[in-house]
Amino acid sequence: MDDNDQAILRITQDGIPLDKEPFKVIANQIGLTEEEVIARLKRLKSTGVIKRLGISVNQRKVGIVANAVVAWKVPEQLVERIGNILSSYKEVTHCYERVVIPGKWEHNLFTVVHGYNRESVERFAKRMSDVIGIKDYIIMFSNEQFKRTSVKHPL
Amino acid sequence: MVEEVIEELKPKLRLKLDSKDKELLQLMQDAFPLESHPYAVLANKLGLTEDEVFAKVKRLYAEGVIRKLRTILDAQKLGTCSSTLIAMKVPEDKMKHVVGIVNEYMSVTHNYRREHDYNLWFTVTACGDKNLRATVEEIKRRAGIPDSDVLDLPTTRVFKIDVRFKFTDTDTDTDTDTGEEGVLQVADSG
Repeated sequence: MDDNDQAILRITQDGIPLDKEPFKVIANQIGLTEEEVIARLKRLKSTGVIKRLGISVNQRKVGIVANAVVAWKVPEQLVERIGNILSSYKEVTHCYERVVIPGKWEHNLFTVVHGYNRESVERFAKRMSDVIGIKDYIIMFSNEQFKRTSVKHPL
Repeated sequence: MVEEVIEELKPKLRLKLDSKDKELLQLMQDAFPLESHPYAVLANKLGLTEDEVFAKVKRLYAEGVIRKLRTILDAQKLGTCSSTLIAMKVPEDKMKHVVGIVNEYMSVTHNYRREHDYNLWFTVTACGDKNLRATVEEIKRRAGIPDSDVLDLPTTRVFKIDVRFKFTDTDTDTDTDTGEEGVLQVADSG
């Protein structure tokens, strides 16, 4: 990655301008041609530095109003297998293993589950429980969103 | 009780999106064209004109359906950020104060009230030369929540981060419980 790549990533992770020719706007900002900006974005996408170039949607506006962290207590030797199973489901947007604090917090596998309503999220968790054979899980619905932004990578 | 009623009403307050809107959202989420005139390419796929598509996009922004068009970078490939999830038991009368402090930090990207004894959950991400530990300690100290009421849960393994939704083949106009079909569909991880 050279300085121009970094400049392109710095601008585009903040937002691609709402313009009919958005890449020309970016090109003008950093003194490259539009073709070069597009070519570099294509390359950064194919190498995987850019995971996705697209919109993020406010899912609440399209009716996806239920969101819960479902935390599972999974034996260490099963985490790899069960993490991969849970990740394969469309309803799961995030799946992480986290540290445990013995005696205080022992649910080590975290999933974020979205749905149109609470019942669908609860049903999904029950179904997952049956699939993975883990009965010990906690559903924590979010009932208020105080902050939601994105990580800005230093470039 | 009031909360339950609000929860029930929420889906009815949602915007009406037509099938072209949904197709457009799907295309813009999954594969925004890397072309000189991206909206013309999208228009071609949707059977609309570039002007019509651009007008729709502006409307969807204005209505808050589209948050942002941007690049999502691979944190692991860039290797510059570390993060943790913090949970706190916050007394109700201190909640507003604590949320104010927590939200001040740029490093805090997500902060939610959740239905649990640990009622406040937020992520802290430190990039570059920013020190994650120092930030977490400062937030805890300023919030005035004792360590016994705090969980600090760094990630040990990432299995999936893919916040994409399926708009086109679910009926989001349905207000009632739609059974198993009502379960959200999210696009496959790519």
